[in-house]
Amino acid sequence: MGMRKVAVIGAGMTKFVRRALETPKELSWEAAKMALDSCELTMDDVDGVCFGTAPDAFDGVHMNGEYCSDGAGAWNKPFMRCFVGGGTGVFVPIQGWYHVASGLFDVVLVVAEEKMSSYYPHAQAAFLTIFDHTTERPLKPNLLWIFALEMNRYMTTYGIRKEDIARVSVQHKRNAANHPCALLGEANITVEDVLNSEVLAWPVQRFDVSPVSDGAVALVLAAEHVAKRLTDKPVWIEGVGWHLDTAYWTNRDLAYPRYVEYAAKMAYDMAGIKEPRKEIHIAEPYDPFDYKALHHLEGLQLAERGKAIELYLSGAAAPDGDLPICPSGGLLGVGNPIAAAGLMKVAELFWQLRSEAGARQVPGQPRRGLAQAWGDLMQVGTVIVMGR
Amino acid sequence: MTSRINHFPGTSLNEQDFADGKVLFVHDALKAEYAWDTGIAIGTYLAGLKRGVILGAHCRHCRKTVVPPRTVCEWCFRPMSEYIPLQDTGTVNTFSLCYVTWDVRRIKEPEIPAVITLDGASQLGPASLFMGGIMHKLGEVNPEQVHIGMRVKAVWKPEKEREGAITDILYFKPLPKEEA
Amino acid sequence: MNKEVAIIGVGWSGFHPSTPEVSYKELMYAAAVRAYADAGVDPRRDIESFVTVAEDFIEGTSIFDEYVPDQLGAALKSVHTITGDGLHGLATAYMLIRTGVFDVVAVEGHSKASNIQTLDSIVGHAQDPVLNRPLRLNTHFVAGLEMQRYLHDSGSSLEQCAAVVVKNRHNALKNPLASYSANLTAEDVMQGPPLAWPLGRLETATPVDGSVVIVLASGRKAAELSDNPVWIAGMGWCNGSASLESREWSTLPYVEKAAQMAYRQAGIGDPWDEVDFAEIDDTYAYKELQSLEALGICAFGEAGELLMQGAFDPYGEFPVNASGGSLGVGHLLDATGLHRALEAVLQLRGEAGAHQIEDVHTGLVQSWRGVPTTSAAVAIFDNQEG
Ligand SMILES: [Zn+2]
Repeated sequence: MGMRKVAVIGAGMTKFVRRALETPKELSWEAAKMALDSCELTMDDVDGVCFGTAPDAFDGVHMNGEYCSDGAGAWNKPFMRCFVGGGTGVFVPIQGWYHVASGLFDVVLVVAEEKMSSYYPHAQAAFLTIFDHTTERPLKPNLLWIFALEMNRYMTTYGIRKEDIARVSVQHKRNAANHPCALLGEANITVEDVLNSEVLAWPVQRFDVSPVSDGAVALVLAAEHVAKRLTDKPVWIEGVGWHLDTAYWTNRDLAYPRYVEYAAKMAYDMAGIKEPRKEIHIAEPYDPFDYKALHHLEGLQLAERGKAIELYLSGAAAPDGDLPICPSGGLLGVGNPIAAAGLMKVAELFWQLRSEAGARQVPGQPRRGLAQAWGDLMQVGTVIVMGR
Repeated sequence: MTSRINHFPGTSLNEQDFADGKVLFVHDALKAEYAWDTGIAIGTYLAGLKRGVILGAHCRHCRKTVVPPRTVCEWCFRPMSEYIPLQDTGTVNTFSLCYVTWDVRRIKEPEIPAVITLDGASQLGPASLFMGGIMHKLGEVNPEQVHIGMRVKAVWKPEKEREGAITDILYFKPLPKEEA
Repeated sequence: MNKEVAIIGVGWSGFHPSTPEVSYKELMYAAAVRAYADAGVDPRRDIESFVTVAEDFIEGTSIFDEYVPDQLGAALKSVHTITGDGLHGLATAYMLIRTGVFDVVAVEGHSKASNIQTLDSIVGHAQDPVLNRPLRLNTHFVAGLEMQRYLHDSGSSLEQCAAVVVKNRHNALKNPLASYSANLTAEDVMQGPPLAWPLGRLETATPVDGSVVIVLASGRKAAELSDNPVWIAGMGWCNGSASLESREWSTLPYVEKAAQMAYRQAGIGDPWDEVDFAEIDDTYAYKELQSLEALGICAFGEAGELLMQGAFDPYGEFPVNASGGSLGVGHLLDATGLHRALEAVLQLRGEAGAHQIEDVHTGLVQSWRGVPTTSAAVAIFDNQEG
């Protein structure tokens, strides 16, 4: 069979906003249209559509993928929707990748959309139902619990200080000040601002957390022969990986994300990467909370266990450092419409690797980048490695 | 191509737009009700709780004891049919002080969710990546004194009020020093 | 002939109107154990990727994919979930293996319909929340609209639709998996209670609980592991109009497109001649006729007549739903496509027992995600003996 090479050839996104006027279908279409326009294609050129959104509870629509399908451009097309919780945004381009790599499709449109504001009174309550219906839900858990429990375990295991973790939030929100779609870009935010923000679920405070929002992102994926015809700057998908750990999350140590490690190893093997710290030039780890970026950098083998914070303290993580981390501004700065936020990271790699990221462009013409997302019950890692 | 594009779609609304009636919307509530079969493993677990016993499951092959019970070991895929009583004491593996309820109401006194590794179940260690922990809440404790490694004990509902549910345990409270 | 991907194991559990003795996890486990034994694989060692099909509101759990891995032997492995019919799941496994990265992939789908207390209300939430849902119509009305227009345009009759029910529930008498086998007359069916006229209650499949697991392998691995592989010769899937306001009502262009995609891969020009039997959508009785036409097995408006002549009987020229279909076996929600695939695999292995069709080499399976969707998938299987 021999593996087919798959390229990203176009990208588009909407602004990430607290509450969008547009419906989920409209957000999807805005992003999809922009992605197609960016590589001068039309829907007629698209063989199939992959769609990501999760969970249905936000929209209050059963079979939400079917409902959104025409907005995503899937009328009269093969259509698939994947979901791996928060990992969906990076999984949906992986789904697009296997559509093309299988040889069944030449051009696939990949769309991720999330409209969280429809849920009333607050999207967070929709997360009650991610917990086990018999053994956990009766305790009325809050989504913040699992982050707070994991953050505490991570901090305590490795002796990491809150004031250091706050540096992640500061760096990402400052980066986002240069992103035209960002909801919470703040060029002047400080560590004190983060430490003085409202305590939600200790150790988690308001500015440790990314904001819920509405938005959509789309990519166009193409097989090698099509990509080479359409663009002189294809960005190749060099490796993909995904792993899902056991649902019994209280039976494992939350201090280290093994599932991210396994997902990364799968992607690195495919990409032929032996020393990720040297061979990855730009990284977009998943950062719905500030400590999560650190947690994930360690799982991704870009830092030793408990040492990821040093990337921030040394300046390596800054846009002009030797491993720029979340130059987009990440979820902490751009916003967190869940599936769309993950795909935003992949779009950022596309723009950065093509030197088209505008004010956010990192110096040195990076050759290879990585995006990663995470989700479910602290359980899934999805990883994509792209290069030019 | 963000460097070449200066307009991005997406229109932001604010709460005032709704209050002023500038934006129309449709309100609806989902009527979704379920009666989940608890099955063999969780059914046995709930029956145990009703009797005031926390049951775990033991895998002879992996030599580990986990909770809640399950019919198959997820690591070796062998059937798991050995259910054994654990103690209702344990150690705080991690915790949080949460000032927001599940439906996002702010509260003054925090709820204290915790993962508790139960005595009699597997413990994390140099040779063990697994532990027999459950999620529950802590009570009868000053929030400032909670710490990872704290020893705790279950506080049960009175026997007559138990119904075979995880809430048959009200919360876990600190073990007195001499018992810890 | 396409020899890249084969089905090397099938397993099932449940297939009853209720299964109170097991949790959904235990139902899935029972199906998985059987499928892995059938394939001769150890999931921890041999299976590299897992795909499940599920919808959150059907499970009563948000991001249900969380709860999938343990009972499938998939913990800390490459697992993902799609919201699709089981055949979309099979198509996903087919693609994964064709990339060359994976050799063995398992697909799971299940229904715990008996645990859902408000199924109709939940399905109602699949309607457009702004344009359709405020009318507060039971979603079966979409099938009523479609059936009405289909009968009008195709010339098919109420008697022909009723005959589909008679055939399938009669076929189910020979299938031990079936919950709704019966000896009925067309009269019985037509005199049953109306549901969304012209659609009657007895022309509508009833949900059952069950789980199906299917193990697929690359050609290389199948040769090593299996002495009765069933090859996937083609897979197609397609969506039509999401909105009720802009769809064709009498024809199924998305089924036609899905079939064309699968036929192209399988090299099939004329399914009537080149396919030996079919297990296809009969969620509503008229759908069997409408789908046969969209699949190109006969021309538009011909299926009803062919049915009355016995062409689709188990001993007819082109047996359709010899298993009893969803009307006879019961409807497994999104696992339905996997149920049909399971029946086709048993037929092609010669293991279908009392409802075995003689001398079959190529089978067609088709599924639809139900009202109000226009989402369908088609698979062509081959045992390579012909
Ligand atoms: Zn074991």
